[in-house]
Amino acid sequence: MKILSKYAKEVLLFLAALFFLSPIYIIIVNSFKNRQELYDNALALPEKFSFQYYTEAMEKMGFLSALGNSLYITILSVLIIVVLSSMTAWMLARTDNKLSNIIFMTFIATMLIPFQTLMMPLMQLMGTITNELHIPMFNTREGLIFMHVGFSSSISVFLYHGFIKSIPITLEEAATIDGATKFGVFWRIIFPMLKPITVTVMILNVINIWNDYLLPSLTLTDKGLRTIPLSTFYFFGEFTIKWNLAMAGLMLTIIPVVIFYVLAQKHIIKGIGEGAVK
Amino acid sequence: MKKGNRGWYILFTAPLLVIFTTVVIIPFLIGIYYSFFEWDGIAANPKVFVGLDNFIRLFDDARFLKSAWITTVFTILAVISVNIVGLTAALLVTSKLRVANVARTLVFMPYLIGGLILGYIWQFIFLDVFTLIGDITGLDGIFFNWLMDMDYALYAMVFVFTWQMAGYVMIIYIAGIQGVPNDVIEAAKIDGATGWQRFRKITFPLLMPAFTISLFLTLSSAFKIYDVNLSLTGGGPANATEMFAMNIYNEIFGYGNYGFGQAKAIIFFFVVAAITLTQVYVTKKREVEM
Repeated sequence: MKILSKYAKEVLLFLAALFFLSPIYIIIVNSFKNRQELYDNALALPEKFSFQYYTEAMEKMGFLSALGNSLYITILSVLIIVVLSSMTAWMLARTDNKLSNIIFMTFIATMLIPFQTLMMPLMQLMGTITNELHIPMFNTREGLIFMHVGFSSSISVFLYHGFIKSIPITLEEAATIDGATKFGVFWRIIFPMLKPITVTVMILNVINIWNDYLLPSLTLTDKGLRTIPLSTFYFFGEFTIKWNLAMAGLMLTIIPVVIFYVLAQKHIIKGIGEGAVK
Repeated sequence: MKKGNRGWYILFTAPLLVIFTTVVIIPFLIGIYYSFFEWDGIAANPKVFVGLDNFIRLFDDARFLKSAWITTVFTILAVISVNIVGLTAALLVTSKLRVANVARTLVFMPYLIGGLILGYIWQFIFLDVFTLIGDITGLDGIFFNWLMDMDYALYAMVFVFTWQMAGYVMIIYIAGIQGVPNDVIEAAKIDGATGWQRFRKITFPLLMPAFTISLFLTLSSAFKIYDVNLSLTGGGPANATEMFAMNIYNEIFGYGNYGFGQAKAIIFFFVVAAITLTQVYVTKKREVEM
């Protein structure tokens, strides 16, 4: 009886896994078909494998440029977030006074603000900064990075703060007595100890920033600056009827994510788990 | 604070605080200010102060009220469905099964792919694969293009959202389950507790912190959903799936009602905050300490 139920569980789980994989199967098989073949049977294997639609989609959606933009924006944003939010969280956690508490509480409280509440006034403010201070916030990847850093700061400071609170302060005090500056203490002693939570902060932010559509859609109008979600959106606007081409385009957008997942799988699952229970 | 320390304090915190204030705090305050004005977003045109009129007008906006209602229904269905699928998956993959690791990897993957792209993938599946399966099996009462049906389009949204989020909450539940001490389970086994009893009396109460966080995440992301909404249904058919977030976007950038749209956005903030804080308060109270 027990063996049977275990066997049933195995089968159940296997079927569930297959079910979660099935959309990928559908995208792959249809990305190789011509339109007639696709409409005949969307589930069948393609008659021949040619990468014709991939090259076509790659060109039409400006895939390589979008990939470059997405990589540049995501990597730079995440690096800046890690550096600035770990430093800020450490200072706030180790300087126990009213000001630190107010700043920390502000970070926490703003986690509740939905992006839609901020988007219009943010665009107005960015317009003012661009016009009055002559710092181009629109149609520059750096302007978008600036905004990504701002939106990610709450959750990142929160995660770092919680982790730092659990590290005993004695090590820092010893280093200070030995004559290390705050800068030295932080970067040589504390930051290496933050590695587990840094991984979590990086992963959460990579996922959010890589997949973000709305913010880039409001700040980037230049075709050459489009990120992957953005170019996917415009690609679909133009080629909706050509589903075979669309499937090749979607497959292209999934490939970088799958590579990232395969390379960092262990860290991703662990990082998400640790971020959640903190 | 000593003088030298104050310098370090500023050096460490100022860069992030400047960015954070510019991107979050100031826009939030400007947003509240704008919500009292009637304005079309064109700088040269006058902003007319209308006091609370924008907020009063919300209750006459049938489309907004409808989107609020749809968002509520969607959120309730989505939260239930995501958490049932996520918890079941977590319980299955933590039991010693051979396919557990593969399953864990696959169930989590949609979360990484991202809402916009998932929406497009499923648009095709509902459009083409569902009708095909309906034709082959004759079950065209279940397998048809859900996105064209006023009621089913909403279920399609729930379905795709569950697809996206289930793996994420699964990871959270796994972390919770692994935190349940083994000796307690063993002791209960020796005392003769059945599997179901062990789950209900031990695992479930100790999972409360995982529930708090999973419910918070699913509740707030379901309520704020935009990407999947945009790419899967675009709000259609006939606005039947236009959620809160999309309604606000359309009001501001689609119809150019900046002041009125911003008033909606402020209300949106209060609703999200009230719902999530209530939920966290309620579930936190039920957490037990080991």
